[in-house]
Amino acid sequence: MTSQLPALVVTVPLLTAFAAFAAGWLKPKLCFPVGLTGLGITALSSIWLLEKVLGAGSVTYELGGWPAPWGIVYVVDRLSGVVLGAISLCAFIQWIASRASVKSQFSDRLGAFYGLQLLFVTGVMGITVTGDAFNLYVLLEIASITAYALIAMGGGRAPLSSLNYVFMGTIGACFYLLGVGYLYIMTGSLNMADLASILQGMRSSQAILVAFVIIIVGVWLKMGFFPLHGWLPNAYTHAPWPATTLIAPLMTKVMAYVMMRLVLFLFGPEYSFGFLGLKNVVVWWASLAVVAGCMIALSQKDLKRMITCIILIEIAYMVGGTFLGNRSGITGAIFHLVNDVFMTLCVFLAVASMAFRQRELEMVSMEGLFARMPFTMGALVTGALSIVGVPPTCGFFSKWLLLKGALEAGHYEFMAALILSSLVCLVLFFRVFEAAYYGHGERSHGHHRMREAPLGMVVPLLVVAIGIVALGLMSGEIISSIIEPALPRGVL
Amino acid sequence: MERILEVVIAKYNYWIYIVLMMIGLYGVIAKNNLVKKIVGMSIFQTAIILFFISMGMKKGATIPIIIHGQEASLRASDYINPLPHVLMLTAIVVAVSTLGVALALAVKIYKEFNTLEEDEILEKIRKS
Amino acid sequence: MGTEVNSLLPLLAVIVSAAVVPILASSRSANVREAWTFVAAFGKLGIVLAMLPHVLRGNKLSFEIAPVFPGVSLAFRVDAMGELFALVSSFLWIVTSAYSIGYMRGLKEHSQTRYYCYFALAMSSTMGVAFSANLLTLYVFYELLSFATYPLVTHHQDEEARSAGRRYLTYIVGGSIGLVLPAMLVCYGSSQTLDFTPGGILVNSGFSRLELGLLLFMFVFGFAKAAIMPFHSWLPAAMVAPTPVSALLHAVAVVKVGVFSILRVLGWVFGVEFLSNAELTWLVGLVASGTIIGASLVALTQDGLKRMLAYSTVGQLSYIVLGGTLQSGLAWKGALLHIAMHALGKITLFFCAGAIYVATKKERISEMGGIGRRMPLTMSAFLVGALCVIGLPPTGGFTSKWFLCLGSLEVGQIWPLVVLLVSSILSAAYLIPVVYKGFFGSGPDIEAEGIREAPGWCLAPMVVSATGCILAFFFPEPFLELTKIIVRK
Repeated sequence: MTSQLPALVVTVPLLTAFAAFAAGWLKPKLCFPVGLTGLGITALSSIWLLEKVLGAGSVTYELGGWPAPWGIVYVVDRLSGVVLGAISLCAFIQWIASRASVKSQFSDRLGAFYGLQLLFVTGVMGITVTGDAFNLYVLLEIASITAYALIAMGGGRAPLSSLNYVFMGTIGACFYLLGVGYLYIMTGSLNMADLASILQGMRSSQAILVAFVIIIVGVWLKMGFFPLHGWLPNAYTHAPWPATTLIAPLMTKVMAYVMMRLVLFLFGPEYSFGFLGLKNVVVWWASLAVVAGCMIALSQKDLKRMITCIILIEIAYMVGGTFLGNRSGITGAIFHLVNDVFMTLCVFLAVASMAFRQRELEMVSMEGLFARMPFTMGALVTGALSIVGVPPTCGFFSKWLLLKGALEAGHYEFMAALILSSLVCLVLFFRVFEAAYYGHGERSHGHHRMREAPLGMVVPLLVVAIGIVALGLMSGEIISSIIEPALPRGVL
Repeated sequence: MERILEVVIAKYNYWIYIVLMMIGLYGVIAKNNLVKKIVGMSIFQTAIILFFISMGMKKGATIPIIIHGQEASLRASDYINPLPHVLMLTAIVVAVSTLGVALALAVKIYKEFNTLEEDEILEKIRKS
Repeated sequence: MGTEVNSLLPLLAVIVSAAVVPILASSRSANVREAWTFVAAFGKLGIVLAMLPHVLRGNKLSFEIAPVFPGVSLAFRVDAMGELFALVSSFLWIVTSAYSIGYMRGLKEHSQTRYYCYFALAMSSTMGVAFSANLLTLYVFYELLSFATYPLVTHHQDEEARSAGRRYLTYIVGGSIGLVLPAMLVCYGSSQTLDFTPGGILVNSGFSRLELGLLLFMFVFGFAKAAIMPFHSWLPAAMVAPTPVSALLHAVAVVKVGVFSILRVLGWVFGVEFLSNAELTWLVGLVASGTIIGASLVALTQDGLKRMLAYSTVGQLSYIVLGGTLQSGLAWKGALLHIAMHALGKITLFFCAGAIYVATKKERISEMGGIGRRMPLTMSAFLVGALCVIGLPPTGGFTSKWFLCLGSLEVGQIWPLVVLLVSSILSAAYLIPVVYKGFFGSGPDIEAEGIREAPGWCLAPMVVSATGCILAFFFPEPFLELTKIIVRK
C-alpha cells in the first residue's frame, strides 16, 4: 500500500474529480463530501510520503512497472515531498473554506465546478511528483486548462481575462515543450535523473544553452515573473472567489518549484550558476521585478487586485533567491515557496470572507470591520505580517535567509529590494487596516455588531493563520531536516 | 555565404518550423480579432508538434511497425523513432483541448460584448 | 562569573500576559476584566521577583524556545540588566493598571477591553525584550511590541490618531526593518552568532572603521524607539494616546526598550572596549548629546503639557545612551540606574498630566494657572517627579545623574559633564514654571469651575510613584546591586 503512495497522490484527486462530476449529475449534495474525502486522503498520503522520505530517503515509483529511463517515474525527494505536503494541505483547507462561496455562486453547476477544482489539484500534485520532463508538460497543461475554465466561470470580464491567460499560458507551456524537444534531440532521454547525468557531459553545447533559456522563459511566463506577468492581475482578479483562493496560492508556486527542480537538479548548479554573469543578471532582474511588483501593487485601488499583485513580488523573491546560487539563497527560496503557499492562502481566504459578507470591497464599506469580523481581520493581520516579514511568522525566517544569501553573494541590490518591498507591503496592508479601523470625522466607536463569515470559512482561515506562526517557530526544524538536505551537491 | 545557404538548405525543416512559430506568435500578439489570435496560438502549437515529429526521422528508415516473427533481426536504425510521435499524440490532445476551451471562451465573450475585436471590447469595458 | 541555569521562569514571565484571553472573555464585566489585569500584573511581578535572588548571586536563568537558524535560536537569558528592566516595568504595570481604571472610567473611554488586552500584550513583549539572549529574540519581541502598541497609540480612532499612528509605524517599523535587520544580518554573517556576549561578537570580524561606524549607526538609528534625533518625532506625535499609554509605554516600556536595545548592542554586540579602541564611541556620544540639548530646547517652547513631557523624555533617553558610550563602570551604572529613575519620575509626571485632564479637560500649560491650589496632591506629585527628572535630591534622579557625571570624570571627558549640567538647567527651566504656575499662578475660571482632586484610582498610583522617586534616593540598594553585577562584566 505504502509503495503506491506516489501514484496515489495523483490518482486519488483524479478519480475524485470524476466522482464529483458524476455526483453533480446524480446528487449534487454529495459533491462536497466526495471531494473532501478525496482531498483528505491526498493530504494524508502526502504527509505520510514526506515522513517516509525523511526517514528513508527518496521514494521512486515506476508507472506501469516500466523502469526508467524508458518508463515514466514519479520521484519524491525532500524537495518535492515538502511541496507536496504544502499544496495538498492547502487544497484541503481551501476546499472546506470555499464551500459557502461555491454554494452561493455555482449551486447549479456544483459538479462542474468541484470537478474542475479536483482536476486542478491533480495537475499541480502531478507536476510536483513527476520525474519525467514530458509528463510534466502534460500535467502542467491539465492544471492550466482547468485553471482557464475555473477563472472563466466568473461573469463579466472573466472570460476575456481567462482568454488572455490562455494565450500567454499556452505560449509559455509551448516554450517549455520546445525546450524539452531540444533536450531530447541532444540526449535521447526524457527522464529527469537520466537527463541530469547525460547533460553533465554536454556543458558546452549550444543547443543545451538554448534549451535552458527557452525552458526558463516558458516557466517564467507561467509563473508570472515580471515582465511576463501581464496575464496574472486580470485573470486572478476577475475569477470567482473560490477559484482565486484555489489557484492563487498554488499555480505560480508550483511553477516556481518547477523552475527550482530544473535549475538545481536537471541542469545542475554548476551549469545553471556557472554561466558567468547569467545568474548575476537574473538576480538584478529579479530585484527590478520586486520593485516593479511593489509599484504595481501600490497603484491598485481594488483590494483583490492589490493582493494579487503582491504575488508578483513573492515570485520575484523566489527567482532571485534561486539564482543567488548559494545555500542560504536557495534554502530561503525553497522555504519561501512553502511559506508563500500558506501566506497567500491566508490572505486570500481572509479577503474572500470579507467579500462574502460585504459584497464589495470598497474602502468606504470597510469601516468598523475589525469589530464586525474580528477573526477574519485577525487572520488577515497575521497573513499581512507574514508577508511583510515580521517575526515570529514564517515570512520573516524565509526573508532572513534570502537576505543572508544576498549578502553573502554580494547582491546588495537584492537586499535593498527585499527590504524596500517589506516596507511597501506594510504600507499596502495598512491602507486596508486603516480603512477598517478609523472612523470618518467624529469618533465612531465599535458599536458594530459582530457579523462574521460562516464558521466553515472562518475556522479553516484561523487554522492557516495559526499555522503561519507555527511554521515560523518550527522553521529551524524544517530548514535543517527537510530543506538543507534537499539541496543538491555542488551548491556552495 | 555558401556556408549559410548550406546550413539553411540542409536544415530546411527546422527553418519551416521556425517560420511557422513566428507566424503563430505574430498572430497571437499582433492581431486584434480574438479568433485570429486563437488561430495563431494553434499554429504556434502545431509548429512545435511538427518540430518534435521531424526529430524522429532517420535516413532511409521506415515506419516503426514490426511484423510478427522478425523480432530477432531487428535493427533500430531501420525504423524511425516512434517516441516523438507518441509524445505528440498527447500534445495534440492538449492542443485540441486548449483550442476547445479558447473557442468556448470566445463564444462567451461574444455573447457578453457582441464583438470579437479586442480593441472594441476594451472600449466597452472602459466605458462601463 | 556565575552559572547558567535552565529555567522556565523567563518564559512564564512573558506568557503571563496570555491573561489576554480571560480579559477578552470578561469584556462584559468591567470589574472582572480589570481583576484579570491585576492578576496578570501581580503574577508577572511575582515571577520577576522570584528570579531576583538567582540573578543577585550572579547566575543567569536561561530558556531556549526554538532553534531557528544555525547558531541562533529564540532564547531567553536573564541577567542583571534584564532583571533590572523587568523589575521596573512589571512594578510600574501594576501601578499603571490602577491608574488606567481611574482614567478610562473617568473619561468613559470606548473599547476598554481592547485597551487592556493590548496593554497586556505590550507588557509581554517588553518582558521578552528584557530577557532576550540574543539579537534575534530581541528583534522578534521588539517588532511584536511595535505592533502591540499601535492600537494603544491610536486608541481614539480619529484623524489625529491616524496620522500619529502612521508616523509611529513609519519611524519604528521602518527603522527596524530598514536598518536593524540588515545590520543584524551583517553581524550574523561575520560572526555566525547573535548571542549577547560580554566583549562583543565583532572583535574578529575584520570590519574597517567605516564599516563598523555604519553598522553602529544603523543600530542606533534603527532602534527608533530610543528616539534619538532626528528619528524622534514619533514620540511627541504619540501623545494623542490616552495618558496611561503615554505614561507606561512612552515613559517606561517602549522607549526604554529602545535604549535597552542600544545598550545591549553597545555592550554585548560591539563591546565598549572594542568600540572605544575603534574611536567610534564619541560619535554616538555626540549624537546623544545633540539629542539631549536639542530636545530640552524644544521642550521649552511647548505649551501642551504632554508634548513638553514627550520632548523631555527624548532628551532623558539620550542620557542613557550617552552613559553607555563612556568606557566607565560608573557611567554604565548611572545609565542603568537612570532607566529606573527616569521611569519613576516620568511616570509620575504623566500621571499628573492625565489627572489634570480628567479633572479639568485642560491640556495646555498656559491654562493651568492656579490649578495647584485646587489639586494640591497632584501638583505636589508633579513637583517630586520634576525634581526626579531634573536630577535633584531627595529624588532618585539625582543618584543616576551623579553616577553619570562621575563616570564622565572617570574617563576624563568633560563635555558629557557639561551636557548633563546644561540639560539639568534646561529641564528645570521647563518643569519648574509649571509647578510655580500651578501653585502661585492665576488662571481663567479656575476658581469658578469647581475643580476637585482627581479620582482616587488616579491619585493613589501617582502618590505611589512619587514616593517611589523619593524612596529610590534613600534606598537605592537593590538597583545598585544589580548594576554592580552588570558592570563587573
